[in-house]
Amino acid sequence: MVKYIVKRLLLSIFILLGVSMIIYFIIRLMPMDYIDQTLGGLMSGGSAMNQEKIDAIKALYGLDDNSFGGILKGYFGWLGRFLKGDMGTSYMYNEKVEDVIIDNMGISFGISFVSLIFELIIAIPLGIKCAVNQYGKLDYTATVVCMTLMAFPTFFLGNLFIMLFADKLQWFDPSLGLVSTSLPVGTSGWVRFWDMMWHLVLPMVVLVLLNVGSYMRYQRTNTLEVLNADYIRTARAKGLSENKVIYKHVFRNTMIPLVTVLASALPMLFGGAMITETVFNIPGIGKKTYDALMKGDIPLAMGYNMFIAILTVLGILLSDIMYAVVDPRVKLGK
Amino acid sequence: MEEEIKMENPEESEIPVAPENEENNEISQDKLHGESLGDRVKALSPAATVAKRFFRSKLSMIGLVTIIVLFVFSFLGPLCSPWGEKEADNNKSDAMISGSYITYSVDDTELSGEEITYAWNRTLNDYAGISGDHWMGTDRQGYDVFSRLMYGGRVSLTIGFVVILLETLLGVVLGGISGYFGGWVDNVIMRIVDLLSCIPTIPLMLILGFALNGIGDLETSIMKLYIIMGVLCLIGWVGTARLVRGQILSLREQEFMLAAKCSGLSTRSKIFKHLLPNVIPQLIVSMTLGLGNVILMEATLGFLGIGAPLSTATWGNMINLVQDMRIRSYYPNMWIGAGVCITLAILAFNFVGDGLRDAFDPKMKR
Repeated sequence: MVKYIVKRLLLSIFILLGVSMIIYFIIRLMPMDYIDQTLGGLMSGGSAMNQEKIDAIKALYGLDDNSFGGILKGYFGWLGRFLKGDMGTSYMYNEKVEDVIIDNMGISFGISFVSLIFELIIAIPLGIKCAVNQYGKLDYTATVVCMTLMAFPTFFLGNLFIMLFADKLQWFDPSLGLVSTSLPVGTSGWVRFWDMMWHLVLPMVVLVLLNVGSYMRYQRTNTLEVLNADYIRTARAKGLSENKVIYKHVFRNTMIPLVTVLASALPMLFGGAMITETVFNIPGIGKKTYDALMKGDIPLAMGYNMFIAILTVLGILLSDIMYAVVDPRVKLGK
Repeated sequence: MEEEIKMENPEESEIPVAPENEENNEISQDKLHGESLGDRVKALSPAATVAKRFFRSKLSMIGLVTIIVLFVFSFLGPLCSPWGEKEADNNKSDAMISGSYITYSVDDTELSGEEITYAWNRTLNDYAGISGDHWMGTDRQGYDVFSRLMYGGRVSLTIGFVVILLETLLGVVLGGISGYFGGWVDNVIMRIVDLLSCIPTIPLMLILGFALNGIGDLETSIMKLYIIMGVLCLIGWVGTARLVRGQILSLREQEFMLAAKCSGLSTRSKIFKHLLPNVIPQLIVSMTLGLGNVILMEATLGFLGIGAPLSTATWGNMINLVQDMRIRSYYPNMWIGAGVCITLAILAFNFVGDGLRDAFDPKMKR
């Protein structure tokens, strides 16, 4: 097991190297005058930028040389600093990249985590019910509803809800964001908390509606598979009540594949839902990065992409390990 | 169903059921009930069985009909529309009534009164509401929304098909090579697959979109969308490759491949005649389900404003208007249509994909 994990970690390092190289080269496709322009824009925008600083940044990141050799040099420069734990300074926020990521991760994680809990609370019982009464009325309705919800693009459902519930019905703040603009600066404690909650209900509802379908269908398929297993027939044959069969024998065994799926939801949990945050104007890591990417903020773009890539690699590794942990029949390591 | 059979007659379940061979399955079932074959089973070719099962499913039929309607709507619809894709409606009458106090004389009598001038000119008919002329109103540029919805479908649907075909081609070739030859080739390709599946798609698309904006006149050309979708293909083949490799790995060990080897077939004919045809059902299913994803991707690019230039009608570009808060709340006619079209397209492809999967699945008995 330990040997297997070490092997996988070593492999992950190579994968991450490759990912960083690809992303760096694509970022460097950005023409330099574009960066000059956006940095110049920041300069006039009153941020702490001036021409000298821009030149210094460009020299520091090796951006002044756009030949292949220059890009390669720039990449290794970046890699060297990255390995030393220095991800650079974001142009746009004028803050260390790791600070930008860590500071804004909390709110993204909060939204994703609460939504995930609600998704599971709805999806798991519904999936089991549907599988037990396969092709029944409930199964049919739930399948159609779930597939319809899954087909909605995030930005469409989000904006539809904003239009209906915020703009028209005024249940929520139509100016979106995380806190009301009318809230006095410096308000803290419960007032601020409830105000934030009021703003976060809509994005969370949208996230739950969009994601619940896939979990429900996954749970349904799993349950169907488990229902056909020999040990379930044994359980029925020895005369257990149907409830006991379903809630003890079936339910527990459907958890095995579900745990692995949850482990691979890691990047989604910490990385923020970029489009949802943009639609609802919530200053989480996704929205912050989106704004920065638009301004050609190379250090933050690299930092964020690597952050997501690392989370993805960890998620896959974690789901494999979890599989072996939860299911004693699975032996890792070959 | 299968469960029932096994319970009734345990020995019968020992008969191995070949996954592809539909009749085999039905025969065993018939023997079971002690009826003669001819009474109940019409010999159907596997393809006919799949088609029969597909057409019997209501959801797949709804999906298929929706897809056909969307295609007719976007490819034939514009022919019947009086408005073009980028044809602004300049026919709004702006009336101007002005009055001025004047004096005039009639028959040497001085009179005074008001002269009224009524002037009207034609201006851009933007932000128009729903009317007989414009079934879904007009947008900011005075373009007819309904017509643009039809033109937009052309781009969105065509791109979906092209991207999926390219992705599948790449996936089949690389996955096939990987699964068939194994060894270091397999190792290299699979590590590339691992690598590509770790690249976050949306941030990458954003970076690429902004990078391309700076190059030449790409910002105003639809080429940009094609390039981005091309890059998407270069990343997106990994799923297909995994699928094909997995299938080929298991098929490679089966007896019919040993037979193929013994009869001295060339590698090429072994791959293309014996292995690939067995993967085709799964490929068709993954392609159909993938189509919805590509359409979603195009729409996302449009929404974020990094796909085709905004004057080009695509469903994604049309929903981009929602970023304007005024349009979001007061002119839902401009963007809801596009959103509904995207959702319907994705839903329809998912229904058909699901229906096909069930139809191809030999274990399904409905």
